[in-house]
Amino acid sequence: MDRTFVGRWMSMVMVVALLLVACGGGEPAATTVTGADTEPTADTAVDGAAGGEETAPAEETNGEGAGAAADRGSLSGRIEIDGSSTVLPISEAAAQEFKAAGAENVDVTVASSGTGGGFERFCRGETQVSNASRPIKEDEIAACKKAGVEFIELPVALDGLAVMTNPETEFVDCLTMAELKKIWQPSAEGKVTKWNQVRKNFPDEEIALFGPGEQSGTFDFFTDEVAGEEGASRKDYTASEDDNVLVQGISGEANSLGYFGFSYYAQNQEALKLLGVDGGDGKCVKPSEKTVNDGTYPLSRPLFIYVNADDAKKQPAMEAFVNFYLSEEFTPVVATPEVGYVELTDQQYQGVRQRFEKRTKGTEIKNGEFNIEDYAGS
Amino acid sequence: MTSRADTRESAALFRPNVPVRKLKGYIFTGLGILSIAIALGTLLTLLVDVARDGLPWLNWDFLTSFDSRFAERAGLRAALMGTLWMMALTILVALPLGVLSAIYLEEYAGDNWFTRFIQVNISNLAGVPSIVYGLLGLQIFVRLFQLNRSILAGALTMALLVLPIIIVAGRESIRAVPSSMRDASFALGATRSQTVRHHVLPYAFPGILTGNILAASRAIGETAPLLVIGALAYVATTPSGPLSRFTVLPIQIFNWTSKPQKDFHGLAAAGILLLLVVLLSMNSVAIYLRQRLHKRF
Repeated sequence: MDRTFVGRWMSMVMVVALLLVACGGGEPAATTVTGADTEPTADTAVDGAAGGEETAPAEETNGEGAGAAADRGSLSGRIEIDGSSTVLPISEAAAQEFKAAGAENVDVTVASSGTGGGFERFCRGETQVSNASRPIKEDEIAACKKAGVEFIELPVALDGLAVMTNPETEFVDCLTMAELKKIWQPSAEGKVTKWNQVRKNFPDEEIALFGPGEQSGTFDFFTDEVAGEEGASRKDYTASEDDNVLVQGISGEANSLGYFGFSYYAQNQEALKLLGVDGGDGKCVKPSEKTVNDGTYPLSRPLFIYVNADDAKKQPAMEAFVNFYLSEEFTPVVATPEVGYVELTDQQYQGVRQRFEKRTKGTEIKNGEFNIEDYAGS
Repeated sequence: MTSRADTRESAALFRPNVPVRKLKGYIFTGLGILSIAIALGTLLTLLVDVARDGLPWLNWDFLTSFDSRFAERAGLRAALMGTLWMMALTILVALPLGVLSAIYLEEYAGDNWFTRFIQVNISNLAGVPSIVYGLLGLQIFVRLFQLNRSILAGALTMALLVLPIIIVAGRESIRAVPSSMRDASFALGATRSQTVRHHVLPYAFPGILTGNILAASRAIGETAPLLVIGALAYVATTPSGPLSRFTVLPIQIFNWTSKPQKDFHGLAAAGILLLLVVLLSMNSVAIYLRQRLHKRF
């Protein structure tokens, strides 16, 4: 009886072990070049069909899509990406489309530890590409330098921050940057609580404030632009790292005001009222593909990938992936609703491509100022 | 005579007051039912809500395809396999370690300051926030042991996280085995290890499995420590071994809920349903084993 007990125990462990082997056995390691795994091929076929639809115009123009795809088939390796959750949808789409476009044996994985967390890993050499919703900071550059990691900074898209209210809030259509500052700056805490304190002809109603938490890159950017200092914000507002919670809050409360990335507005247009922002020249601009791209909307920011220069030199798969990321074949995907950001212009992408081709290292951000023109020809 | 007078006196004192006492009884029963209704009602509301959002998305493709930015083609194959791997490895590591620790503490260790010190610490460990285990795992398993951000590193971290639960449950059930059993075994000349193997452990096993259920239920839903360890947001391959990079169901669900597109919220709900199915089937295996191995004193 006692034997059988131990015996059962052992057999249970073995069953578990066998199950594991069986589960794992079906998936050959993705890094083997010969691995003609039927399942991923089926997946790729499906993805490939849709990818083809989207990228068809690009292929017509350069006509070398098939050749490039054949080359990609011979590539293998692993590319690890980490960083901003804002940039995640772009890198995720790039990974997906890269595989669909022929690079079946290249394993691209994307994690989302946030911009800061991503740089921490990137500067240890643990990842090859880092997603960033803000430029790299001085101390991060120092950390990279210390570990001997050289990077290439590549802007890949633009994102507008939308300022919104509840659809029933009729009195406000537009706020100036000065008014936003009046509402959001640290000294407004506990003082500016009514709409008529913002502008005289607004009603005497409470403002219900919503915004991202302090960990968010969106928060960093907004505070920097509005209050003039990164992280400077009043604290008596409803904060959430989850933008969907903010959508609920802003749409659910009368006389509300809040901000978050434009793509969350685009998916919830019926529940929110988008406000225009006046940068100070008396023109009220609402975020759109056009106004974000030409910079007339004051609250637009660039999104970056940072590429490990050494890996880009040594690993053909990595070079092919970054080229794909910046190519006409992929960049239109950035503006599709599934990703939801604003493309750079063709010319600007060309500049960024040149920068990667020349392997220009370091950052182009001077005194915190981003200028897309700096990337062309550098 | 006197006793009769006593009885009469006490009968006079005794007021049956039946309606009031019955009423009190009813009130108490009502309160009990109310509490259970609140608890179950909340759970039911959650389940119905999740099921309503998630059921339309549950189909075979959902299980067999990888994540995609197109909701209708997104699936959680990588996350499902990651979770199965993670749970199997975690239990494989934590169960033997936990049971052996429990046996040591109950059967071998003497009652001295050192044992008490260990005991206090185990109870304390059970209350440490899970993110702390993640940081520990990151430093020790990922960096020091060079396991990188693999399933194994994640599973070892999870094993640490659930170890206190298994040890505490194991000790409780070992302690519940009557000492007469041990005495009888010793009297027949068995050694301590024979006694433990042949008598104590089989009787304690159902209780140990209950601890294991609790541990697995905790581990399967944990997100924070795995985020620190570096579980992925997007991966288009299933794990090929314990050293593969991975993602797990809670992380996949978390990613989907934070997407702006509504469809992904439905997918996340479907993911939650699947997580429940995995958890319940894991636990039912343990319950089945518990019933089969159950022995009476």
